[in-house]
Formats: sequence, C-alpha cells, structure tokens
Amino acid sequence: MSLDPAYLEYPQRRHGMDHGLYPWSNIANRPPIAWPGGKRVAVAIVISCEFFPLTPSDTPFRAPGHMQTAFPDYRHFTARDYGSRLGVPRLVEALARVGAHASFAMNSAWAARFPDLARQIAAAGHEIIAHSTDMNGTIATGLPEADERALIAASLAGLETVTGVRPTGWLSIARSQSWNTPKLLAAAGLGYCCDWVNDELPYRMTTAAGPIINLPLNHELSDRQIIATCQQSADSYAEQLRDAHDWLDGEVTVGGGRLLPIHLTPYISALPYRIDAIEGLLGWLAAQPGVWFARGDEVVAASGV
Amino acid sequence: MTSDPGLYDANPLAPPLRWPGGKTCAVWVAPNLEYYELDPPAHPRRKSWTKPHPDVVGYSHRDHANRIGHWRMAEAMSRHGFPGSVSLSVALCDHIPEVVADGVARGWEFFSHGIYNTRYAYDMDEAQERAIIEDSIATVQSATGQRIRGWLAPALTHTVRTMDLIAEYGLDYTCDLYHDDRPGRVKTAGGDLISMPYSLEVNDHYGFFIYNMSPRDYADALIRQYDRLAREGEASGAVMCIPLHSYLIGQPHRIGPFERVLEHIAADGRAWITTAGAIADAYREQAA
Repeated sequence: MSLDPAYLEYPQRRHGMDHGLYPWSNIANRPPIAWPGGKRVAVAIVISCEFFPLTPSDTPFRAPGHMQTAFPDYRHFTARDYGSRLGVPRLVEALARVGAHASFAMNSAWAARFPDLARQIAAAGHEIIAHSTDMNGTIATGLPEADERALIAASLAGLETVTGVRPTGWLSIARSQSWNTPKLLAAAGLGYCCDWVNDELPYRMTTAAGPIINLPLNHELSDRQIIATCQQSADSYAEQLRDAHDWLDGEVTVGGGRLLPIHLTPYISALPYRIDAIEGLLGWLAAQPGVWFARGDEVVAASGV
Repeated sequence: MTSDPGLYDANPLAPPLRWPGGKTCAVWVAPNLEYYELDPPAHPRRKSWTKPHPDVVGYSHRDHANRIGHWRMAEAMSRHGFPGSVSLSVALCDHIPEVVADGVARGWEFFSHGIYNTRYAYDMDEAQERAIIEDSIATVQSATGQRIRGWLAPALTHTVRTMDLIAEYGLDYTCDLYHDDRPGRVKTAGGDLISMPYSLEVNDHYGFFIYNMSPRDYADALIRQYDRLAREGEASGAVMCIPLHSYLIGQPHRIGPFERVLEHIAADGRAWITTAGAIADAYREQAA
C-alpha cells in the first residue's frame, strides 16, 4: 500500500504564506501603534446577539449553541432567548457603569426581534457589527457564492433597517468562512472582519474585490472557549483576562499599543451567577490607567492599517 | 496482527543514570515550530482540518505562532536560560525562515517533525518515507547548518518502518515513544537509536485541549511534574520534557503563568537545563 505520489508534492512550498490572502508579518517588526490619549491597551469587547430559529439548519453546518434535542427544542430556544432578553440588558448596564463602548455582533433577525433593544444599543454609542442573518446563516465552502452574497446583503440591510446604521464590521458565525468570504465582504463595502485569529492587532487582507482589514477577535479569550468549552469558572475567566491584560501592558513600552479582545456571549456570561465576575473584570479594567475601551471600528481606525 | 511493536524490552535492566554536576532531572524544552497548510491534499486515513477548507480558526490559530507566539515563548525561555530543541515542520525553513533563524541565533537544536504538520506518514511506502527523511535532513542542514539528530513523526503519524529508517540514516533519537521517564535503546534493524522522553501528558496541547486546564493549572502541573521527577532522579537521573506550541503557550493569558514555571525550575538547583542532543550524549556515555 502506498500513497498517491502527489501527496509528496508541495506546490505552495515557497517563501511566505501558502495563500495570497495576507503576507507574513512579525508583530515586532511593525511600526508601534499609538492609541488615542496615550492609552496602552485597547480593550475591544464584542458581545454576540444571536437568534437561533427553533428549526436548526445544518447547511453548511449547525452553529455552536444551536438546538440539540428533537423538535421542538424549547430548552435551548428559550435559554438562548433568556440571554437576549435578560442577559444583553445586564451587559449593556455593566458597560454603562464603567463608561465603556463596545461592539455588538448582531444577527439581523435579532435586531428585528428586539428592535427597541437594538436601537437602544446603537443610541448608547455602541457599534453594531454584522453577524449574519440568524444562527442558521452559517458560511463554509460549499455554500453557493450567490447565496453567500445574498446572506451578507440581507444581514446588512436588516441591521440598517432597524438601527439606521449600516455596519462596517463583520463577524461570521463560528468565525467560519468560505474561500469567497473575504472577497464578498469587501465587495459589500465592509471595512473589516473579525474571523481570523492569527494576530493580536488589525492587519490588511487582499481580495479580488479590494482590501479588507481583519481585526483578530481571539477565540482563546472568549467566554465560549474558556467557560463553555474548557468548563472553567467565571472567576477563572476573569483572572485569565487580567493576566492577559497585564502581559500585554508589559509589551507596550517596547512594542507599542496592544489589543485585548473580549468576546462575550450573553447566555454564557450574563447569567446571574456569572455576571458579577464579568462586572468585576470590567471594573478592574476600567481602573487600569492604560486601558482604552474601544469599539472595533475605533480600533481599526486608530491602528492605521 | 502484532500485539507488541517490539521496540524495547518491557522489563529492562537499567543501571542508574547520572547527570552532569549531580543534577537529578534533565529538563529540555521542545518548541514545536510548525507550518500547517490552508489547503492540504486529503490523506485517506486522517483529515487535516475538521471543517471544509479553509478552516479559518484551525489554520489562523496555528498561524499566530509565526507572527507573535514564537517570539513571546522564545524570549521567556531565553530570559531563564532554557534552550530549545525544536520539533520542526521543515517546510517552515521555506515559508518563514525568519522563525527558524531566530532559533538558530538562540543556539537551539533542530530535529524533524516532518515536512508539514498537515502531511501524514501513514501508508507511505518505503521510498516515500525515505523521501521525507532525506528532505528533512537536507532542508534543515541548508537552513541551520545542523544535521538533524532526532525525529518526532509528523503529527505523530508513523509506519512500522519509521524507526528502522531513521536509525539507518544515523539519527540518534526518536521522540515518539512514551513508555519511560529515562532514555533507552530502541530495537531497530541497524543503527543505534534511543528513545528520548518527550511528553504528551504535559504537552501544552494536552494541558489546554485534552485536560482543559487554565493557564495557572497547567503551570502547576508542570511544577508538580518537575518536583516529582527531580526527587525520583536522586536514584537515577530522570528526564522532563516540556513540549510547547507557541500558538498555545504564547497566548497573552498563558505566557505569564508559564514564565513562573521556568523561574521555578531554573531556581531549584536540581535541574540540568539542556537539549535533547546533550541528553542523548550523556545517556550513551553511560549505557554501553
């Protein structure tokens, strides 16, 4: 038995990346970033506002957190709705208490279901990032290009209709893209996406439809990864983010401004027994003189890429 | 079917080992410097990525190593006097030679971890397996000036010929056998191959994604592993390997707790902080 000889051919083996989406770059060799006001660590909080239809779709894949039991899965539908109805307001209030602006990654169907809340979020100075249509709106290779283009357009139009603002940022469900996604996002006029987790500062991607910025929303620092997947406590989560802040702050003097992305999911972090730890974290961050709470679009603009 | 790979004695008579300077635990750090392909060809027995290509999170998470994680990890190691013995996807020498050059500048040792971590050795015929060994030897020699002495199979994929072939090419050690805390001879058709204790159990990948440890819990596990082996090493020198992936250990919430592990081991006094090659040499001097 042997493998196909082509398995030992390496057509992309060359200097640089094995694709053309972005060039290799060592963070240490880039011009240092200076955040506004001489701040040291930009804290970009992204809160997912997700609507899970009672009938889940597996095309191209079922979103994390979606329905799990046989139809009708009231337990997951209502538990996710709890995050939207009670969790999101808790998080909005927690942000207001520390004077932080954040980015809300919102399904357009979520905005349609909770229009007053969506408008209240926008009016409070938060950013709305487009996050597909609903949690059946997953993207992966295999989704026809026309369908993906239509999904992106429907998300943007739906969010603009409710909030009056057309988003400039995009987050794919589960950060999952197809080969076409960066090009389609750029073609739709979006300025940045949050899907690629290979860096700790914004950087520029090149597509056939022009450039798009990637703002890395580190999944390793998300409540989904640490609390839901790795089963650690909210207190441990807060401690890990404080450790991350302290490390990044220590790099600023030599390396320039750093970014701490915090991706929160209302039905995970905004439960009564966890929200105190999240509020404690936000209060601790607010007390750090070098912290700049910033929206994703503000981070992208200030990074100068 | 074979019930035992037949690579070592189940019950060896092993005389006690002694490490230089009376140290009880040889500690070596194994950074895995890897390159994963965005769109690798399919292998009939293992998928590279769980999602249809491009698997954005899978790929870009690992790409963090070559943009940020490597330097964060390497500088912490250098600050505390730990050299790296590198498990290298040798195609990294082509794609991002800057990372390899950084290891060379720090005086690190390099061994092969295959061509890419997205190309698997299962089902290779002998000529194909020779081709990846010869490619590894030539690529690392050209990029670093070093002749590789060790092998950690690409993504831990083997054939039953692997050990015989790497011994035939004159490699000293394999990192693929996990049956002991001390080096030992591997039974091969020719050559002189020893098993170098690597570790899955205290590998950062296992710590964070098999055992779901917090960064501080993982640091505590490494310290406990070290303290126990340093104590047992009074009777016969032990080996502790710390296998790392900088896209994991080099994350901002993990590197601080990890640096405290290096501080602990460096300050303890019982550790022989060294490379895999030096451990192989010390073993050979004692075990005829």
